[in-house]
Order: sequence, then structure tokens, then C-alpha cells
Amino acid sequence: MSERPSAYPYVWRLPLLIWQGLFFVGPLVLMVAMSFWLVRNYRMEPDFILDNWDRMLGRGYFWDAYWVTVWRATLAAILASLIAFPASFALAFRVSETTRRWALFFLIVPFFTSYLVRIYAWQVLLAESGPINGVLGWVGLGPFTMLNSGFGAMVGYMTLVLPLVVILQTFSLANIDRNLIEAAWNLGANPRATLVRVIVPAAKIGLIVGCVFAFILSFGDFVSPFYLGGSKPPTLSILIIDTTKSGQQWPRAAVVAVMMIVTLFVVAFAAVGAAYGRRK
Amino acid sequence: MMRGTLFSRFYLVALFTFVFAPIVTSMVFSFNSDRFPTVPLGSFTTHWYQTAFARPEVWTAFGNSLVVAACAAALSTALGFATAYTDFRYGFRFKPAYLALALLPPTIPLVIMGLAMLAWLGRLGLSGTLTGIVIAHTVMGAPFAMAICRLRLSQMDPALEAAAWNLGASPWRTMRSVVVPFCLPALISAFCLTAAVSFDEFIVAWFVSGLNKTVPVMILEILQGNVDPQINAIGTVVFLTSMTLVVVAQLLILKKSAT
Repeated sequence: MSERPSAYPYVWRLPLLIWQGLFFVGPLVLMVAMSFWLVRNYRMEPDFILDNWDRMLGRGYFWDAYWVTVWRATLAAILASLIAFPASFALAFRVSETTRRWALFFLIVPFFTSYLVRIYAWQVLLAESGPINGVLGWVGLGPFTMLNSGFGAMVGYMTLVLPLVVILQTFSLANIDRNLIEAAWNLGANPRATLVRVIVPAAKIGLIVGCVFAFILSFGDFVSPFYLGGSKPPTLSILIIDTTKSGQQWPRAAVVAVMMIVTLFVVAFAAVGAAYGRRK
Repeated sequence: MMRGTLFSRFYLVALFTFVFAPIVTSMVFSFNSDRFPTVPLGSFTTHWYQTAFARPEVWTAFGNSLVVAACAAALSTALGFATAYTDFRYGFRFKPAYLALALLPPTIPLVIMGLAMLAWLGRLGLSGTLTGIVIAHTVMGAPFAMAICRLRLSQMDPALEAAAWNLGASPWRTMRSVVVPFCLPALISAFCLTAAVSFDEFIVAWFVSGLNKTVPVMILEILQGNVDPQINAIGTVVFLTSMTLVVVAQLLILKKSAT
């Protein structure tokens, strides 16, 4: 290479720094700053006051929404991990490599495909007079109220996160050293002991990453709790939208957003600790 | 063992049914004559497509979406490729922080991105413009583009570039004649995938868009009204578009990594 310092490396390195600095870090920093701003006569003025924080964190409805959101996201993460595991296990150990590759292929497709329209389709499917209740009616069951409930919201969360969780779990399970499993067999471990004491610990990182992504996505989602959960009780994301769209209370919405980011950081760090901890 | 395999098959079928049920539902009911979707189905009709696509605002929204997706995908791909190449070729101080910055955006909830973008773009005088949506979608798409390009670069022998330099090619010439051709399938793949990401994104677009609506933002606003089978028709077109993009994106990577 030439000794003369060249612009070449910087042409590749700088665009990301400039773009993400300007349009990712910038907006988020502004949002944090905005949470300390003053709103007077429906106009925001840069300031440093704790008024917005006081008002939001001092209200019962904020904490109600906070705990509902944390609880639902936790439940969604656990449920998704449990529902996904048998499927991931099957894809990792019970099917041919070709089948696995195509299965992953077809799971990636919905992950990138019109979440909003899929939620609308669930609205149709789960409706009081919809197809599912129609079929159940033929065998003399129902009709069940599935929309505008915690159940409806959970169906939505699963639609959002299941494909991703299965993909992540399958990768980590398929990468386990097969010798490890054979060794457990040869040493006389029964299938259950092999699963609990060999396979799950060996795939721990992938399982935790899947669970955390399910939490992050459910925690921030607003479509499922709004259109399938009936927005009662509201989640934090619904709170942000209501606060932003009705009038100029952006600083208060920013408070909610900062609280969400802090929560996600705490969860992510705890998860990294759990994934890589206790390793000698 | 046989029983285990049978259970596995059954479980996988059930899971895939759950995952694809909404997509199939939308497609089926988009051709169903009954206004309120239920079983048994009514008769076959293309009525909802005709009414939906007779509305000029639907065409405008599709036009907006296409323009935004094309621009955001081109920018994301360029940005993603530059970042992936930097990661592949160079080591430098703060590289972990650099990579964190590159990969972080998808972990921030979209509602928060929407609020932050709304405030920021407002200051820049870009709120309510398609440019604003393009900017936001590029931030979100670049990490995916980077991942795809990085995957492809890791299949390239680093000696290839060195060989070109030794033969007298400048770094720029090497990039043009060696690296870019090698990465071409990944570049197209990244373009398709980020186009799909942009085409389907509606939360940030909804915060930022103002009067310039993209397709999913329009769907979101129709959804706030009553049950309307037109959504199934529009939704089916959206599904087919983004599914095609994602399938092409994947086939390009799979085919190349097999060879």
C-alpha cells in the first residue's frame, strides 16, 4: 500500500458515523433533552426543568401502564420461548438439513412482511362472528370473546416474535457439538437429562438472545395491544402515541420514551450477564 | 424415536399454520364477496380490488411507498456496504463502539424512533416530507444491509484484494473491479430486503409523514374506522410485494453461499 495517507479508508468509514450520528444519535439525544423542556401556550421552549418528569412519574396511570407493559412483554418472551422450543428442537435434530434450511427460509419471510396487515387479519379471524368462532360453533363451542383482551394482544405478540425466536433458537441448537449429546447418551443419561443438562446449557446463549429479542419487540410494540388488546389498559407505547398526537405534550412523551430505553438497557445487560455469566 | 418424529412434524405444521394463517386469511377474504368476513365463505369476487384501486389516494400511497422504498433501499445498501467493508478491511480504535452504532437501530422501539424523528426532523424542516421518511427508513435499514454485505465479504479471500494491488491496481480500481463484482449478489439482496423493511414500516412513517402517506400508513388510518374488506385487497398486494422482495433477497444469498 502507499505510504501517503489516503482518503480511501475514510470514504468507507465515515458515511455511517455521519449518517447515524445525524439521524440516529441526534434524534435520540434531542428526545432526552426534550424531556426537560418547558411547554408554555402549546409551544415547547428549551429549558432544564424536572416538571415533565414529576408529572409523569408522579401519576398512577404511568406506573399502571409501565407494569402492564413489563408484565406483558415478560409473559410474551416466556411464552414465545416455550412455544418456539419444540419447533426449534425439531428443526435442529429431527429433520434433514434441506428441510431445516427451507423452514428457516419461510420463517424469515413473515418476519419482514407487513406486520400491520397480519394483525388486521387476526382481527378478522378472532372476531366474535369471525371464522374461528364460526368453526367452533359447528362443534357447539363458543362464541368466545378473543379480541380486545389480553389474549388478543398475546396472539399479536406471538405473530410478531415467534418466527424470530424460532430462527435464533434453531441456530443455537443446530450448532451444538453432536459429540456432546452422544457422550451424554453413552454415559447413560436418559433423554430428559440430556435435554436439561446438556442441550439447554449448550444452547444457552441462543435461547437467552431469543427471549430478550421477544421481550424487546413486545415491549415496544403498539399495534397488538392497540388493535387486538383493545388498548385497555394502555401500554407505554400507546401512552407515547396518545401523548404525542393529542396536543404538544412531546416532552412528557419523551419522559415515557426515556423510561422505556432505560428499562430495555437494564433487561439487555441482565440478559448478557445471564448468558455469559457463570462461565469459567 | 418414530413417535418423536411424528410429534415433531405435527408441531412444526401447527407452528407454520399459526405463522401463515394471517397471510392466507387476508388473501382468501380479499376475494370473498361478504362484507363481514366469516365462514362459510361467500362467492368469489374481485370487487374489493376494483373499489380499492379505483381510489386515487391508493395509487398515490403506492407511488409514495415505491419512491420511499427505492431511495431508502439505495441509501441503506450504500451505507451498509461501506460499513461492512470497513469492518472487513480495517481495525481501528473504538471499533466495537463503531459496530455497536452500526447495529443498534433495530433494537430501539419504533414508537420511540418515531417520536425522536418527529422532533428532530421538525427542527430540520423535514417533517411531513417524503425525504423525512427516507431518512428514517435508511437509519433502520442500514444494519440489515450491513449484515448481508458482511456475510458476503467473509466469503471473500482477503488475498484477492492484495493480489490486485500487487498487480498494480489502485485501491479504487480494486474496489470497482474485484470487491464490488464479488459482492454484487449481496448488494442486490440488501437492496431488496431494505426495500421490504421500508415498504412495511408504518410507525415512524406515521409519526413523520403528515399528508404524504405511504401504503401502511394509509392502512393504519383505514383500520381506525370500521371493518373494511378493501384492506384485505390492499394488504394482499402489499404481502405479495414484500414477500417477493424478501424471497429474492434470500435466494441471492443462499445461491451464492452454496457455491
